[in-house]
Amino acid sequence: MELWKKSLKEISELINSKEIKPSEVVEAFIRRTEEVEPKINSYITFLGEKALEDARKKDEELVKKENRGKLFGIPIAIKDNIITKDIKTTCASKILENFIPPYNATVIERLEKEDFILTGKTNLDEFAMGSSTENSAFFTTKNPWDLERVPGGSSGGSAASVSAGLVPVALGSDTGGSIRQPASFCGVVGFKPTYGRVSRYGLVAFASSLDQIGTFSRSVEDTAILMNVISGKDEKDSTSSDREVPDFTNFIGKDIKGIKIGIPKEFFPETLDKEIKEIILNSAKQLEKEGAELVEISLPTSKYSIEAYYIIAPSEASSNLARYDGVRYGYRAEDYKDLEEMYSKTRDRGFGAEVKRRIMLGTYALSSGYYDAYYLKAQKVRALIYLEFMEAFKKVDLILTPTTPDVAFKIGEKTDNPIEMYLSDIFTVSVNMAGLPAISIPAGFKNSLPVGLQLIGKPFDEGTVLQVADRFEKINNYNLKFPNL
Amino acid sequence: MIDRETVLNVAKLSKLELTEEEVEVFSKQLGDILRFIEKLNELNTEDVEPFYELINQATPLREDTPKESLSQEEALRNAPQKEDGFFVVPRVVG
Repeated sequence: MELWKKSLKEISELINSKEIKPSEVVEAFIRRTEEVEPKINSYITFLGEKALEDARKKDEELVKKENRGKLFGIPIAIKDNIITKDIKTTCASKILENFIPPYNATVIERLEKEDFILTGKTNLDEFAMGSSTENSAFFTTKNPWDLERVPGGSSGGSAASVSAGLVPVALGSDTGGSIRQPASFCGVVGFKPTYGRVSRYGLVAFASSLDQIGTFSRSVEDTAILMNVISGKDEKDSTSSDREVPDFTNFIGKDIKGIKIGIPKEFFPETLDKEIKEIILNSAKQLEKEGAELVEISLPTSKYSIEAYYIIAPSEASSNLARYDGVRYGYRAEDYKDLEEMYSKTRDRGFGAEVKRRIMLGTYALSSGYYDAYYLKAQKVRALIYLEFMEAFKKVDLILTPTTPDVAFKIGEKTDNPIEMYLSDIFTVSVNMAGLPAISIPAGFKNSLPVGLQLIGKPFDEGTVLQVADRFEKINNYNLKFPNL
Repeated sequence: MIDRETVLNVAKLSKLELTEEEVEVFSKQLGDILRFIEKLNELNTEDVEPFYELINQATPLREDTPKESLSQEEALRNAPQKEDGFFVVPRVVG
């Protein structure tokens, strides 16, 4: 089997047994990238040369060094809203087009400590606002399974890079589904941990109460390995949790007898695509055969999550994005007569349409006289959504749903209609509202396009999510299929 | 639709100088989104605590000890305009 098809775990074993060198690994992935990247455009900044230099240093360390990191020589791609010291971080925005961060995000520090190799920064919707990468200020990433379709978003570049075999794993961020929806569209594993499990320090803020860094991989075990590295309390993020981090790899390869899985009827409405419904319900039956117990549950308030999300997320965004003023970093307009005009011209020209739409919406929702009707109302609905999940988790260990209402849509299909675009996240948003961990794993194909299964866990119970996902993966092995590129 | 005056006022608060075309598009799109959001009024939330109070934890505290931070040079590295170790902005006082 070609090297680029191997998992993080397999590559790691080959390196540690000294069968291959880190530079051979990186060379294999660079060759693959040169071959298929021109078709999919997953990277904003590709760092092939630098990765190879890094790898050559590691070749020497492989001989000399005894205590090598858990990710020694593993190439990893990073979404371009996670900041990397001395490496351009753009958020796919014109306003940060030339921004070179003077420090690293905490997750980058943790990956470095374990000797990873950075391959580049991947494309996204501008500031992670979108569901297709079409809102990138630079270009749209293509879905490796069908180049006329979107890879999903906002972490579309990371999802596509893993799906196409440019890297074994990647990092992304998920505010309303931005890891799980593209993972579903690209046929890979996408994991959003519990809010607070992974430090957000150095993740460029979009909606701070919803944002969470997570992972892309082609196997659940690789997700567990990466989670072991990036999880845990960080004093630089006061919302990061000091809960003990278990060894997530202990949940791999276990049986799932007696685990109770809730099927919420609201996530299988009459209007849901028949094939998607069949694939997801068949997946549930497979898990039942493995010894899990299926329980019908109801989450009636979850259907309001998109509406509440489109008040809370833009409100937080309008506040977070106030920092882009053309003074300390980023783009500044060339012509202005005073400070006020410098701000407003810089921001109008620096931000794209969706970002401006959300800043406007958030500013409106938070403005005097509207706060109670919009923001406060949405925060109360969010509380109801959370409480309803907690009530359900008294009866079940896990909740199973489709990740998305349908497979990847065509490029351009939804760009004129923001609400249509927003609705592609209908099954993922409620999870962020309640701060829960959830995974999307490949569950089959509709018209040769991947379909994703979502498993939602209790707060800080990532383990059970990974355990069941791993079992499901090993029955079906959809993760071993690659797109024809 | 939301009216032109409201769009312009929100744009001013947002520090966005919108083009004429953007004003038109946003007055329609923001109107549509606000109408979409109104569905929340179907839910009775009278005695419900907002989420941030429900999960509220005490703000974590730490010792106030100085630590290494960015050098002036690093902090200014990305500034669009700088001079003598300062950020430069248009004159604000006459």
